[in-house]
Amino acid sequence: MSATAPADHGSGHPHGVDEGKRDFLKLVTGAAAAIGVGAIAWPLIDSMNPSADVLALSSVEVDLTPIPAGQGITVAWRGKPVFVRHRTEKEIKEAEDVKLSALIEPQADADRVKPGHAQWIVVIGICTHLGCIPLGNKPTDPRGDWGGWFCPCHGSQYDTSGRVRHGPAPLNLYLPPYAFESDTKIKIG
Amino acid sequence: MAGLNKSDFKNPVVNWIDTRLPLFTLMNKEYAVFPTPRNFNYLWNFGALASVALVLMIVTGIFLAMNYTPDGSMAFDSVERIMRDVNYGWLLRYAHANGASMFFLVVYVHIFRGLYYGSYKTPRELLWMLGVVILLLMMATAFMGYVLPWGQMSFWGATVITNLFSAFPVVGNAIVTWLWGGFAVGDPTLHRFFSLHYLLPFVIFAVVFLHVIALHITGSNNPLGIDVKSPQDTLPFHPYYTIKDSVGLCVFFLVWSFFIFFEPNFFANPDNYIPANPLQTPSEIVPEWYLLPFYAILRSVPNKLGGVLMMFGSILVLFVIPWLDTSPVRSAKFRPIWRALFWVLVASTIALGFVGAHRPEGWWVVLGRVATTYYFLHFLVLMPIVGKLERPLPLPESISRPVISRGGGPLPGGAPAKPMEKP
Amino acid sequence: MRAATTLALLGTLLAAAPALAQEEGKLPHVNWSFSGPFGTYDRAAAQRGFQIYKEVCSNCHSLKEAYYRDLEGIGLSAAQVKAIAASVTVPTIGDDGQPAERPALPSDHFKSPFPNEKAARAALNGALPPDLSVITLAREGGADYVYGVLTGYGEPPAGMKMGEGMNYNKMFPGHQIAMPQPLQPDQVTYADGTKATLDQEAHDVVTFLEYVANPHMEERKRIGVKVILFLAMLTGITYAVKRKVWSDVH
Repeated sequence: MSATAPADHGSGHPHGVDEGKRDFLKLVTGAAAAIGVGAIAWPLIDSMNPSADVLALSSVEVDLTPIPAGQGITVAWRGKPVFVRHRTEKEIKEAEDVKLSALIEPQADADRVKPGHAQWIVVIGICTHLGCIPLGNKPTDPRGDWGGWFCPCHGSQYDTSGRVRHGPAPLNLYLPPYAFESDTKIKIG
Repeated sequence: MAGLNKSDFKNPVVNWIDTRLPLFTLMNKEYAVFPTPRNFNYLWNFGALASVALVLMIVTGIFLAMNYTPDGSMAFDSVERIMRDVNYGWLLRYAHANGASMFFLVVYVHIFRGLYYGSYKTPRELLWMLGVVILLLMMATAFMGYVLPWGQMSFWGATVITNLFSAFPVVGNAIVTWLWGGFAVGDPTLHRFFSLHYLLPFVIFAVVFLHVIALHITGSNNPLGIDVKSPQDTLPFHPYYTIKDSVGLCVFFLVWSFFIFFEPNFFANPDNYIPANPLQTPSEIVPEWYLLPFYAILRSVPNKLGGVLMMFGSILVLFVIPWLDTSPVRSAKFRPIWRALFWVLVASTIALGFVGAHRPEGWWVVLGRVATTYYFLHFLVLMPIVGKLERPLPLPESISRPVISRGGGPLPGGAPAKPMEKP
Repeated sequence: MRAATTLALLGTLLAAAPALAQEEGKLPHVNWSFSGPFGTYDRAAAQRGFQIYKEVCSNCHSLKEAYYRDLEGIGLSAAQVKAIAASVTVPTIGDDGQPAERPALPSDHFKSPFPNEKAARAALNGALPPDLSVITLAREGGADYVYGVLTGYGEPPAGMKMGEGMNYNKMFPGHQIAMPQPLQPDQVTYADGTKATLDQEAHDVVTFLEYVANPHMEERKRIGVKVILFLAMLTGITYAVKRKVWSDVH
């Protein structure tokens, strides 16, 4: 049977009988379709997260024997620089003696090194301000007023424990997860 | 303040935008209230399905490109890395690889639907021709995409297809060297194919846009092939055809998903899982199924240049069929002879597909030549002649009253203008 | 009339096609744990298969797309994988800048038996053993075919002339294969006490290779079942809405 032509376009509510049922059905269908679109979107988004081969390369071992006291090296871990510094007795004492109230982000030195290995400070070498790499690992670099690291971008300064002492950086240098495999070897990650 | 759009939208934000940039009015006019013939069958889903396939191919392709390396020494490994290491990389690649087949599948149905119902005939000639342009662009895109995994079939397919151009006299070899960027298919070829494979889908998108504009100027054809005469013949696109297209879309996704998740290598050639080796040709070079009929035409002609020209001709002929078809009636529904011939064309095309998949030996050659001959005969000879000689069946008076008046007297002219009301 | 004839012709053609395609050696039909929409990898078989790859195949065949960490997917523990990787040394650059060797890590690709193609050909009489990373995808017939080659060795039929150094194999195209029969009964001793018949060994190593070629197969099918069920449901309710919407037209 041919019927009325909805020339007045669709908004028409013909015959009212099953309106409620139709609307509920439409709601369910619309919701299911939205779930479907989300299910399509997620694999696309997740494909941009680190892939299995990137995640698998998450640990690196560092031999500490060649690093003389007072100097440090930079190693790459997950594409980021990690500073490994061999601190002198004087530097350790300075770091331990600081009053916590004088710090921008108060943290004891003992919480930033591994017990029994206070001569080794291991930090992620990325300024917590805007991501530049601070200077100070090489003996010829400026190390700032607190003898640690100095960020050339905006002048942030860190002490020998990697704690921020002068802004604009808001936080101490991050500590990577690491463990001593032996007295002369650490595994980062 | 000439030119400000008078917007009917109630929402103040929508209204504010729509007054200045009438996107909402446009969308409403072209997709919501757009008057569409009321008698579409499900074959009219396939244009919408093709658009969705195009968008999904572009989207999955963009994410695949983030992990793909177009370098001869790394391409194969980078695809394997996508399959193994990238989160859901296997899903993206299988969706994209099978998507090519799905895209061609719906486009071929779309084209044969147009052929059957005479959708290429006046006033839709340009609409049809834009469609043929899209088909050509799709073939180029698909071919270059198939090269990217840099397997044996990628490499040798690229070699064979680019060598087609060497058939042209004088300039042929120079063209081939230029296409390759070297003296064989190699790194430079792979790089440029990747660049173009990324570009062409956006060109396709632009042509699809023109295709849709042209469609909305002439309005859609319909299974009866007669013109819309009154508002009674149409329905607003939304909700009637948005929901009908959605049903088709769900079924389309079901088919596509089946291949992605359960038969992901159904359309794949095992040789393409062997890294490209420029020193060894696979025992048989077979293109993807959607190019097989054209490949069969190429091989059916014993002359190299002749084969190439016939192959290109088999698509180019589609450009001129609006003028080859002399029948005043669009839909094959009312053309008994032409309807039978349509099915012969379908059978010939499918036969060509099988011929293309087999070595050109024995009776495959014969079948290929017969089917190729029929293909061209169909368009170049039968189409104009049958159109003139055939006596079509009587046409219904309108879409809303698909009653065929049986010989008895003239059609009641203005009768259907008064809509029948439901009780 | 004409259409009917052509269609009949086409029908005959379709029926004839598979017969023509199957002339080289008949594919054996093995009941694989991984076939079918709910198939999974038989972990024990895959682990035995890895043992065969390690003790037999890996002398000539690389597996270079796979990583040692992939072995966790066939049920080995992280510690076991680490030990397996550490038993292999891979080339590296030492701290002095000279080529050196280090134990492999789970994150390393499987070490290839030869450093490059030329070395392989030089060692193997000019033949190049194919990489096995995707071997079951790269051969017509897949797992069945690989199983068929491994179990298809025998004496050449009388009158068949074999090339020098070639071996008869009823499954291999052309029936002459450069690889000598790789698996013999009791070639390996299985730790789990499974009897190492030729069929068992071939079955196990093919299971392992199928896993290496499709490490995400189980996840793919698991998601696939959900997707199909969801879409079937969505198709149903969309069709119901369509019927409702169109009810005032028909």
